[in-house]
Amino acid sequence: MKRSELLSRILVITGIIIAIGAPLYFWTSTPLIRARMPENGGWSPNVVHANVGEPLRLKLTSDDVVHGFAVGLMDMQSVDILPGKVTEVTLTFDKPGIYTYYCTRWCGPNHWRMRGTIEVNGSPSDPEPALSEVERVPLYVSLNLDIDAPHDAPVVPAQKPSAIRGQELIPNSPFLQSSDYYRSNSPYQAFNDLSNISLTEPQRWDVIAYLWQSNITPESLANGKRLYAQNCAACHGENGAGDGVFADDLAKKGESSMQTMEGAMEMMMQAPVDFTDPKRMLGASPALLQGKILRGGMGTGMPMWGSIFTEEQIWDLIAYIYSFQFEYQGAIP
Amino acid sequence: MAKIELTRSSFIKNALKSRYPQLAVFIVMLVGYIFAILAGFIGTPVGSHNFSIVFVWIAWWAILILVAVPFFGRGWCAVCPIPLPGEWLQRGAILTPPDKRPKWLNLRVPKMFRNIWLQNISFLLLALFSSVLLTTPNITGIVLAAMLFAAIGLSAIFERRAFCRYLCPVGGFIGLYSQVAPIELRIKDKQVCVKCKDKPCYRIPAGGNGSSAGYGCPWDVFPGGLTKNTYCGLCLECIRTCPHDNIAVNLRPFSADLAKPSTRMDEAFKAFIMLGSAMIYAGVLLGPWGVFKDAAYNVGASAWFIYTGMFLSIIFGILPGLFTLGLLGTKSNTTLKHRFASLSTALIPLGLMFWVAFSLSFVLINASYILAALSDPLGLGWNLFGTANTAWQPMLTSILAPAQTLALVGGLIWSARTAQKAASEVKVSSIPVIVYCFATTSIMLWLLL
Repeated sequence: MKRSELLSRILVITGIIIAIGAPLYFWTSTPLIRARMPENGGWSPNVVHANVGEPLRLKLTSDDVVHGFAVGLMDMQSVDILPGKVTEVTLTFDKPGIYTYYCTRWCGPNHWRMRGTIEVNGSPSDPEPALSEVERVPLYVSLNLDIDAPHDAPVVPAQKPSAIRGQELIPNSPFLQSSDYYRSNSPYQAFNDLSNISLTEPQRWDVIAYLWQSNITPESLANGKRLYAQNCAACHGENGAGDGVFADDLAKKGESSMQTMEGAMEMMMQAPVDFTDPKRMLGASPALLQGKILRGGMGTGMPMWGSIFTEEQIWDLIAYIYSFQFEYQGAIP
Repeated sequence: MAKIELTRSSFIKNALKSRYPQLAVFIVMLVGYIFAILAGFIGTPVGSHNFSIVFVWIAWWAILILVAVPFFGRGWCAVCPIPLPGEWLQRGAILTPPDKRPKWLNLRVPKMFRNIWLQNISFLLLALFSSVLLTTPNITGIVLAAMLFAAIGLSAIFERRAFCRYLCPVGGFIGLYSQVAPIELRIKDKQVCVKCKDKPCYRIPAGGNGSSAGYGCPWDVFPGGLTKNTYCGLCLECIRTCPHDNIAVNLRPFSADLAKPSTRMDEAFKAFIMLGSAMIYAGVLLGPWGVFKDAAYNVGASAWFIYTGMFLSIIFGILPGLFTLGLLGTKSNTTLKHRFASLSTALIPLGLMFWVAFSLSFVLINASYILAALSDPLGLGWNLFGTANTAWQPMLTSILAPAQTLALVGGLIWSARTAQKAASEVKVSSIPVIVYCFATTSIMLWLLL
């Protein structure tokens, strides 16, 4: 074989090896967390491991639409993940445990299913004092509430109750103004508890609106509004009417699930709850709503938020959700 | 304008005759091609950020249709990497012919396939899946790999470059449109070829290839009989093998080959396929009708079958049907089939300009993706040249509409002139063809502007 032919062969083979080997090498040595719409697989991988105190550097990319990334129960700003681009995030955990990362962009009807976990090993860098059993148990559990039982209010007001009107009518009843009472009772229960007081029914509802507002702060409402817009409005609608952009898709899924399930109830349960429905909302206590949010709705599209929202965030959300029933003083920022 | 023989320049002649410059380009192209296949499979599935989509369907296509074909004819074929692995294996060598040929089948391609109907079909197959192909990296990877392996397979069975000549979906229309290019490879003196006994530029003798200097024409063309560019792949092999230095590369007037119209139906229908495809793409891919886009994208759905039916009806029914109707009124001694094939030559410059106008739209709109993909070809977060974060930005939008208008109106005038020449060859009126070209150009203007 001529030397020129041999050299040509070496060059060609080297070129082919580089063309195949180099991209494969870099591809395998660049671990990416790929985000896809949940219908196409969600996060991949959906389990990540980390150690307490060691920075965890994640490279995230989207294979389809814009997604967002945030880790539940952590104080972090969510970041956008753009199609075909790589976003880098560095996380440091100070406590061991299983953390949930989730999509913060409304990427599709099953957006809420788009979750993964970060398993953090090691010892807490700053051990916290142990909580008592009572402190660790959510309120709805300590109250022994059956959050799946029907809780409709038998009586509802004819017009939207007003905290402004209620402020002038408030009776001097200390139990009504305690936060324990507010979180443990539904507005309808409060309506009953006020039955001995000489007020008309509409006036009683106005007093309840005032009581509900007096147990929350403007900051809490504002935070609840922000969380609601980011996480709930996609299904429940911006105005709480259960008509978010994905509501129709969820209802369709409910209809199709009717092919294998019995009764209309299952179908209806797929549609997002209407927070403007007074029957449903005035019969629900904040504790019951805490249970619904924390655990999620069994057999419905309502996801579990307990691994994402802190307890404080859940109370803020609940405070905001009641604003669909009550007319509060001042605009919510 | 007279022809200018470029190979009179010893620099050009030596550069073309030597195998090394071409081999250097081949290696770069082959590496890029294999990288494009891999990028399709392992890179980001987001087409606008994947090397395979951005460099094949935006960068390569822009260079091919806006520069290479109009100005260099089959210039792309001269450096195309697809046939190389098969050809090298078939020859048993990369450079000059070895002493012994490898034991490949080297069969002659059956006569029934020695036309461009298979190329028409392969182009249509890609065209019907184009919405998915042009946007989905792994589909592009599959198609690129399939073409590479098809070329290897055909080289193992048949002699020469059977894939390029008879199957390549791109080679068919490049050949058709290369007739308008101002460059050609031709013999200098016919008598020299007549007297040449061995004809190593074409022959593949039983005991070896072409001659010790090179191979018999890989494109199965005898250079001595070349009258048009259609089937000359500019592989430059005949320049190397000709013992009489009788091969020249010439600069010539545009569309010189169209003066002698073809009478082949496969080429005539290629002209209709290309004309119709450009019009359909302009409507479906660039038009405002979402229903058409959805139908084209949802391969396998009933809407896609309707789209396919309409696509094929326009190309094989409506466009040639109306063209034939126009010819029915013309008086001539030649058969209708002969007139149909000859006068369809007028659609060659028109079709090319349709493609230029259509391609300008999406190339200028999407060209900024090239910079981003250059720095991060696989979507792995690299920034090789500092351009990975280049934002998408349509380019030269102010000149888009004037440039498209110029291309289409220029194409119409060019076609009208070609129609007159073709009509005089078959001695019929050119008016029906000119009216046809005017009508299709008007539709294209409406679709694009």
